[in-house]
Amino acid sequence: MEINPNFCLSISLILFTIGTAGVLLRRSIIVILMSIELMLNAVNLTFAAFSAQLRSMDGQIFVFFVMAVAAAEAVVGLAILIALFRLRGETDADGMNRLRW
Amino acid sequence: MENLFGLAIAFVAIFSGLMVVLHRNPMVNLVSLIINLASAAIFFLLLGGQFIAAIQVIVYAGAIMVLFVFVIMLLNLRRELDPPKGGRIQKILYLPAALALAAGLVYAALGPRIALPAPPPPGPDFGSVERVGELLFTDHLFAFEFVSLLLVVAMVGAVVLAKRRLD
Repeated sequence: MEINPNFCLSISLILFTIGTAGVLLRRSIIVILMSIELMLNAVNLTFAAFSAQLRSMDGQIFVFFVMAVAAAEAVVGLAILIALFRLRGETDADGMNRLRW
Repeated sequence: MENLFGLAIAFVAIFSGLMVVLHRNPMVNLVSLIINLASAAIFFLLLGGQFIAAIQVIVYAGAIMVLFVFVIMLLNLRRELDPPKGGRIQKILYLPAALALAAGLVYAALGPRIALPAPPPPGPDFGSVERVGELLFTDHLFAFEFVSLLLVVAMVGAVVLAKRRLD
């Protein structure tokens, strides 16, 4: 059971673009976090595709580390979201201008 | 047959990715994201990574997504109503920036190719738990230990950020 790594690279490109659009277009912070997860997952797919193409396990090790960093990022991001919701009672990115000069 | 299977999984991945971005209900976004991560796990399997496919399902589609479900339920999020309002600079710059990004992506997809060397056939243990574990505990030991430190810092930070003030 094999799959062409080029095909996976194309899927990864499309998914990363969708994730970027989500970060830029949506105003709900939790959807922005989900879009970041989508982008990280697209990068993981690229690593796995190159790992399969080059027969090198290093790409899969990188996938492991990216997953760990994504877990840490999601935890801290959601904690910030909860703290902001306590403070302001909303989760819109447009309302989060408290740190502006 | 296998190509058809890969195409079907790709269709599922792209459709669920679009639903993550386009749907207004956060719960639908989340379920679409879980479907997307599961289809990525199938891609990992097809690319020969058994171990990363397993931890993709267990850690990513399992643990992290449960965290998202918990936060969505806790905050009782409404549907969002209108798209974000851009500032003045965004209104001027959005079209050139979008065109530059699209040009870069099209060039990357259709531009000159790098000829990668033809790979040797994979060994029977390519992507197995034994190989990944061996590499993690020999070549990448330092990074592996630092990931544990990163997770501890993230955990402490999350507890400190999200706890109630005890005045």
